[in-house]
This record gives sequence, structure tokens and C-alpha cells, in this order.
Amino acid sequence: MEYEPVIGLEVHAQLKTDSKLFCGCSTRFGKEPNANTCPVCLGMPGVLPVLNRKVVQYTVMMGLATNCRIAGESIFARKNYFYPDLPKGYQISQYEAPICEDGWVEIKANGEARRIGITRIHMEEDAGKLVHEGAFDSSHSSFVDLNRACVPLMEIVSEPDIRSPEEAGAYMRKLRDIVIYLGICDGNMEEGSLRCDANISIRPRGSDTFGTRAEIKNMNSFRFLQAALEYEFERQVDLIRDDGHVVQETRLFDSNRGVTSSMRSKEEAHDYRYFPEPDLVPLRIGPDWVEQVRQSLPESRDEKIGRYVGEMKLSEYDAQVLTSDPVTARFFENVVRGGAKPKAASNWVMGEFMRLVKEAGVEAAKITPEQVAHIIMLVETQAISGSAAKAVFEQVFDTGQDPDRVVKEQGLAQVSDEGAIREEVQRVLDDHPDDVARFRAGKQKVLGFLVGQVMKATKGKANPKLVNEILRELLSK
Amino acid sequence: MKLYNKTIHDLHEDLKEGRVSSTRITEDVFQRIDDVDDQVRAYLTLTRESAMESADEADERYRKGDFLGQLDGIPMAVKDIFMTDGVKTTCGSKILENFIAPYDGTVVAKVKDSGAVITGKVNMDEFAMGSSNENSGFFPTHNPWNTDMVPGGSSGGSASSVAAGEAICALGTDTGGSIRQPASHCGVVGMKPTYGRVSRYGVIAFASSLDQVGPLTRDVRDCAILLKAIAGHDPADSTSAKIPVPDYPSLLTGDVEGMRVGLPEEYFGEGLDPEVEELVRAAVTILEKRGMKPVPISLPSTRYAVATYYIIAPAEASSNLARYDGVRYGVRYPEAKGLMEMYKKTRSQGFGVEVQRRIMLGTFALSAGYYDAYYGKAQRVRTMIRREMDEAFSKVDVLLAPTAPTAAFPIGDRVDDPLRMYLSDVFTIPVNIAGVAGISVPCGLSSEGLPVGVQLIGPSFKEETLLNVAYAYEQERGEFPECPL
Amino acid sequence: MKITPELVEHVANLARLELSGEEKERMEDQLGKILEYIGLLDELDISDVPPTSHVIDVHNVFREDEVKESLPVGKGLANAPERAGTAFKVPRIIEG
Repeated sequence: MEYEPVIGLEVHAQLKTDSKLFCGCSTRFGKEPNANTCPVCLGMPGVLPVLNRKVVQYTVMMGLATNCRIAGESIFARKNYFYPDLPKGYQISQYEAPICEDGWVEIKANGEARRIGITRIHMEEDAGKLVHEGAFDSSHSSFVDLNRACVPLMEIVSEPDIRSPEEAGAYMRKLRDIVIYLGICDGNMEEGSLRCDANISIRPRGSDTFGTRAEIKNMNSFRFLQAALEYEFERQVDLIRDDGHVVQETRLFDSNRGVTSSMRSKEEAHDYRYFPEPDLVPLRIGPDWVEQVRQSLPESRDEKIGRYVGEMKLSEYDAQVLTSDPVTARFFENVVRGGAKPKAASNWVMGEFMRLVKEAGVEAAKITPEQVAHIIMLVETQAISGSAAKAVFEQVFDTGQDPDRVVKEQGLAQVSDEGAIREEVQRVLDDHPDDVARFRAGKQKVLGFLVGQVMKATKGKANPKLVNEILRELLSK
Repeated sequence: MKLYNKTIHDLHEDLKEGRVSSTRITEDVFQRIDDVDDQVRAYLTLTRESAMESADEADERYRKGDFLGQLDGIPMAVKDIFMTDGVKTTCGSKILENFIAPYDGTVVAKVKDSGAVITGKVNMDEFAMGSSNENSGFFPTHNPWNTDMVPGGSSGGSASSVAAGEAICALGTDTGGSIRQPASHCGVVGMKPTYGRVSRYGVIAFASSLDQVGPLTRDVRDCAILLKAIAGHDPADSTSAKIPVPDYPSLLTGDVEGMRVGLPEEYFGEGLDPEVEELVRAAVTILEKRGMKPVPISLPSTRYAVATYYIIAPAEASSNLARYDGVRYGVRYPEAKGLMEMYKKTRSQGFGVEVQRRIMLGTFALSAGYYDAYYGKAQRVRTMIRREMDEAFSKVDVLLAPTAPTAAFPIGDRVDDPLRMYLSDVFTIPVNIAGVAGISVPCGLSSEGLPVGVQLIGPSFKEETLLNVAYAYEQERGEFPECPL
Repeated sequence: MKITPELVEHVANLARLELSGEEKERMEDQLGKILEYIGLLDELDISDVPPTSHVIDVHNVFREDEVKESLPVGKGLANAPERAGTAFKVPRIIEG
């Protein structure tokens, strides 16, 4: 029998706010343990949470970007369990009445477009960090750092609509694109700003029943997500084929060995005893608020790609590359806004700009989109040659200097004085009688060599179009 | 009259006129504490030094004529449930025996800003769970009227300190009667304001949807003064209401002519001590003399209030008390081999019996398979009780009832029967469930010479009405006997 | 509602409490009596009454996303039973 996986993902995205979810402590880390804490996020006796408005705003943005219904009334709940990284002994989350429900996103996997349903999106606080002394099994002590406690998270729960590890990867990438484009999360999986747990079960292909599912944790890259799901799918298929059965449990992915294994220590039956959080009042998000957020939504990656291909006549490939992150896309659009033609802007951004950014990092880029547009204009008006333009670009990229000044200082202005070029061409022809003879014998390729010699002699400043014309003219004599 | 037995408003007049200094009053109160606290045992921690400094500062302000208000320079006891920066704050529990609060709660900050002189932290039932102060993790407090008797609870230290002259006024909290019942037993005025009237930030949580801070004072005017100082919206407490705070003291006219006082029949039935009933009914007659009209009322859901309360309060408490895990503060069991052992030993050795009982009850009520039948159901009954109360207030201005079914009972009398102890809160609990306001005012002495209180209950955010009726009653009642201690 | 020793054990475990044999028996007895009393609510059919989790009608209370100064790290740790540097120290996590 052939089996197919049934997969649902629970994705946690850390929201990019300045302060924590329920207190004013900073969300920026890197300080010593517990430096970013206050009575509220330390869970001191007597403290009360107060909701960060921006977290609500961001979550509604996400809900709208994923076609969810925004709940008119939503409440917070306490999820009760003991762990040293959870200061209050409960996590403030949402249970009944989450803020967003019933949405979907469209993904493309294996060339096919599919809709993945989103069950719900809700807000919750992060826990702190535990550091273990020595090996996990033999350690005597653990250390608790609560800098991260109470940092805002958004949990996005999908329907079990995903049918392959590739689709899971595509879905995750789609969510990453969305949060990054909305500017609400930095989308960094390695650093844990975007985390994912997967529920996976298997069933005979074509069946509409659900098997017993396992939950997999600790997949902190797209590659690991796919690898873990592939492994787990095979494991479950083997189990069933051997007349065994899948146990409902939490499994941990070991990226070194590429396998999932049972988390025995957490086997204890969970009973989170959710109940409405009495310290926070209900949230009411009326149509006006929803509409206001909708108006403020930035253009999504898909919309940009559509516009680049449709209006700007770029290729699908170029549009994909230019939108791979919103910073590049914005840069490109500003180059166009600065007067460059989309195709030229695309070539320069995808070429020189992305090459230099890759080498030096985006922080090193001193060049403005207006300067790029200006350099493109200099090339188009033949004020500088293409090769000179590259040199100018690099210099402006590093220094942010005015391109005109760079051109002037380095003497890169293109020579379009016909008399001067004619003189240079004649000299080159005189110096290479053999090549001239070969050309006249029908070796057209030699022309390129001769152009090169003229350019070399003029230090690249000669207008190549003129050089070509004059060369052909003199050679045909 | 001894200084330590005077009211806030009288002392303020004395201070303003320069007849006495805050230093003098404060010294007098501490002398009184030295004299009687070994019998009453109201205080857990004395803050003598900082109190004398505050008194000195108050005197300086009075000298310059720029005093901060009527509370300026007045010695005040604070229930040990309030977080007080740099001061030991135990909530009556062994688990917090060594805990120094790292911040001031909002109410404490407010009374400090009003110039009040904080004399110390007073005893209470552990985590405010109890009606007798016998559940304190340290020692029971005694009733100053008869030291064989309980002072009531959980704000027993607050009530007894005011009754015994060990403070001029006190702050308490009331989750199911914890201000009003001890006020009744100790012959002082105690008010639970509307839920949301006073900030809970910095009040160690027992049951978050029921807890409310309130004053314990010698008379109604003092109650109005202290309530005015602590009430109002607090950005740190999302459940505190953004409703303006009236100037309660100036609204005490005593004019209640034509107002209607409802007498809920369910509060005068089975279990009510006949002597208490007689004293409470006499209070109705007194209000009638002031032109109020008694109206019979029925609140049939009253019989479900205690059962509802003993689901909701323990459920919330079980969650609120999860933070006492020995990780960040408090007393940790020192020799645990693993985390689980640390949790269990820390909590079972740190919490007293009653606290553990309620944690068990609340954990059960929220647990899988039982939530709907217990917590879910209790929340629906809560709606019913609240609606009934709202409806009553469409017919009458205030309700009148006993505060407690009996006068103070002997220490040790009910410790082995938790259910019987729970039932003694039957008249105060519905007020917390409905979220409305209630006040207990002394209305007489039992044949054993123990004080009895009458409870007035008013609609949400109408504390000024409630206080005015209480004030009219107090005026007509006349001087209340002084505590014999 | 019948309280069994297993239920007492389960609930104590959820609540991270350790009860001695005698304490368990007493707990079983007392919880049983309290729940029997609470059974009074069974006489009510109120499935159509909405639950109240907040007794006052307040909604949408926020703070703006502004960073406030954190507690001096020493003050937050001052009450810690055990610490290492500025971290709280706890016994090893492995349970059982």
C-alpha cells in the first residue's frame, strides 16, 4: 500500500517590538542574564500584565495577510505548567477566542499551487532560557535567564493540509516572506525568531481518515524541517508496514544524525488547565480598526512579483530575485522611482548591487537608489562607458560620494570627440597590419580585438559605439 | 482621649492647628504597640525607623502649611499582602518568610504620596485564605475585645491593629469578606470597594477576579478619606476602571431621606445568630429614623454563592500560587536532588494546610474532564448572581444585611472543619462575586461584649452613596464603645 | 463526585505538592466534603447563561510599545535562593 503524510505546522514568530508583551523591558538581548527583567517578567508577587498595543496591531496584520477572520472579541488565557524558565508557573496565551481564525495561504510546490488552511493565529509570551551545566544527562545544575521571558510571540497554527515535506518547506517559506514583508518579525530561523513544530501522521494515499500523529520539535532551519519530516514519514510507514502502530508523543529532531527520537522526559500527561486570564480584559477589535490595519498593510511579495512582471515587464526570475528580501525590493523600486528604466535598474541591482552586498554586507552599502539611477542615466547618455560605470558604482557603493564627482576625479568621462577617436583608431590600425589583413580576409572576430586595443589605448574612456563605427569605416577603405 | 484612639480627621485637625505633631502621634502608636501587641499579635514587621522619618517629614510640611492632605502624618498599618519596597513582605506565608519586596505596589505608593506614616506590616491568613487569622504561617492574631477570640480574617491584623489603637487606620484586601468580616469582629469600619475601583498592582494575588483593596478605619469619614487616597485608574492594572474618583469625604451629608434600603430575606435565615439578627434589625430602625424606606427583597441565588466562590477562588489561586516554586525568591527546600523534588518539597513545606487544600481544590476544578462541571459552571452561576444583584439595585439604593452570621468565635473553634469555616463567609461572598461594593459598620455588642457589624451593599462605582448611608447610620447610632483592651 | 486516592495523587502531582499518606487521606476526606457541598450547583440548569470571567465591562486596555528601564539586576536577584553570576540556579532538570 502507498502512504501519504498528513502534516500540520505550528509556527512561532517573535514579533519585532521594542518592549516586551506585558511590560516595558527591552526585547534586545546580548546583555548579561536577567539584565532585561523587571518585577512583571520576573513573575514577582503582586505584578500584573499590561498588553502591548503593537503586538495586537502586528497580529491583526498577520491575520489579514493570511486571509483570516479577525475576532470581534478575543480573550487571553493562562496555560498552567511548571518549568524553571516559566516565571509565573503559567504562560499567558490565548485558548478559546483567539484573535485570528480561519485563514489560508497559497503555496507552490512541485509546480502546483495549493491552499493551506490556517486554523488560528494567537498571541502569547515567550519563556526564558535555560542553560545546562555540563552534559544534559549528568548536569547538577541549570541556570535560568529570563531576558527572553515575556517577549511577544505570535503562534500560527495550520490545518493538517500539508501533504509532503516539500509543501511544509514551501508553507514555512511563505509564512517567512509574509512576516518579513509585513516588517513584524525578522524571520530568522537559526536565531529562533521563527520556530516551528510539526504534527505528522500517515494514511493510505486517497484515504480521508487521520492516523495517530507525532509532534516533532526542534527544527531550526528549512532544511531540517524537511529532513525531519522525511525521516518521520519513513519511520511511521515502516512501523505500520511491520504491523506496529504510531504512538502519540513528542519527538525531537537530532540534526546531526538526521533522526527523530522520543522525548521521554516529557511523557507525563499534560494538563494545562487553561482558564481565562483574569488580569487582562477582553480585546474588542471593531471593523474600523480592522479596516485601518488593512489600509496600512504593505505590498506583499506576491503582489510585488505580479507588478514587476505585469507592469514593469521583468522576467519572473528577475522579479523573484529582486523580491527575495524587502530591502532589496525597496531599493530597486527607488532606483526606478529615481528615473531608471525597470530593466536597467533590475540589471544593476541584481548585478553590481547584490554582488557588492553579498561581499561586504548590506550595512556597507553607502550608495543611494538615486545615485544608482544617476549612474544608469550616465551610461544611457553615453557620458561614461559601461565598464567605467562599474568602477563608479563600486566607488559610490563604498563611499557614498557623488557619482559625477567620482567620474570627474578619476577622469572616467567618455571621449566622444570623433577626431580624437579617429586618430587613436588610425594608430591602432597602423600598429597591427597583420590583424587588419586578417579582417579584410573575412575574419570578422578580429574587429573585437581591435576595439579592445582602442579602448585600452584610451583607458576605456572612448565611446565604444563611435570606436566601432570609425573602425568599420577605416577598415572598409 | 488617647492619641492612638483618635480618628484620621480629628488628628488632621490637631496637626493642622499645631496642637500635636505627627512624631508625637507616631511615638504614641508605637508605645501602644509595645504595650499591647504581645496580647494582640497584629504585627509581623515593624518599620519604626522609616515611620519616624516619615513623621518628621510630615511635621515639616505641616510647619510650612503645605501638608499633603488629611492622611499626612497619620500612622497606618499595612496588611502583609502589599508589596512594600525594601520591606519584608510575607503574605502570612512561610514560603515568603525571607522575602524583601523589590518594589512598592500602587496603593502603597499612593498612601506614601499622601504622607501616611507606615507603621509596619500586619498579620493575615496565609495568602489571604481564611476567616480567622489562624491560618497565618507565623502565629494567630487575637481579637483586642477578647483575646481568646479570633479577630476574623483574612485582614485580621489590619482590623485588630485599628481596634487596639496600634494604628490609626489600615489597608486590607477583601476576596470573600476579608475586610468586612474582621471589621465586624473587631468593631471597626471596613469597606470592600467595587472591583476595579482600587488598583491591585502590588497586591499579592489570591483570586484575581475577586480581590479588591480597601480601608479599615475607626469611622465612616476616615473610610471615605482613605478610599479617596487609594482609588482610581492605574495604568499598571488593566482591570482598574477609568472612572473618575468622587471626593468621598465632602459628599458625606448624612442626608438619606427617601432612599430605599433593601432587606434580602436570604440574609436573615438559617445560621444567623439571633443576637446578631436583633442588632442588625435595629440598624434598620435607625436608618428609618433618617427617612430611609426598608424594602423586602429576594436574592434567591445567594444560596449558591459560597459553592461558586469555592470553585472560582481556589481555581484562580492555584494558578496565582504557581510562582512560588523556589526558583527566583522565597524559601527553597535545600537538598533536592532534582527539579521535581525541589518543587514538591519547597511547596509542601512552604505552604500551610489551608493553602494546600485550596490549591488542590482549584487545580482539580480546572483539570481536564472537570473544567466544565466546575469552573465553567461556577462562572455561569456568577453571571446569575451578578444579574440578580444588578436587578436588586434597580429597586433599592443599598442593601442591608449582617456582615457575619455570628460575633467573633474562639480561637481553635473551627480549625478542623474547613467547610464550616467557609460557610461563615456566606453574607460577604456574594458581594465579591457580583463585583459590587460593601461596607461593614459596627452596630452593637453581643451579650459577651463582642462587636457586631451591619453590612451595607451598594451598586458598582457608587461608593459615595454607600458611604453616605453608612455615615447617616453612624451619626444616628452615636458613639461606639471603646475597645476595653 | 467521588474523590479517589488516585485523583488526589494526580491533582497533587499537577500542583507540585507532596502529601504524606496521612495528609492524602485527610485531603481526600475534606475535598470530598467540600465537593459534596459544591454539588449544590447541580440543581441549576444554566447552560444558556453566559459565563462571567470579568466582572466589570472594560475592554481594550493597552500600553504603548515603549521601553522602560528594567530593574537593577541585583535587585531582581536579591531574593534568589541560589544564583550563579546573574542567573538563577536550579537543580538539574532530569525528572524522576
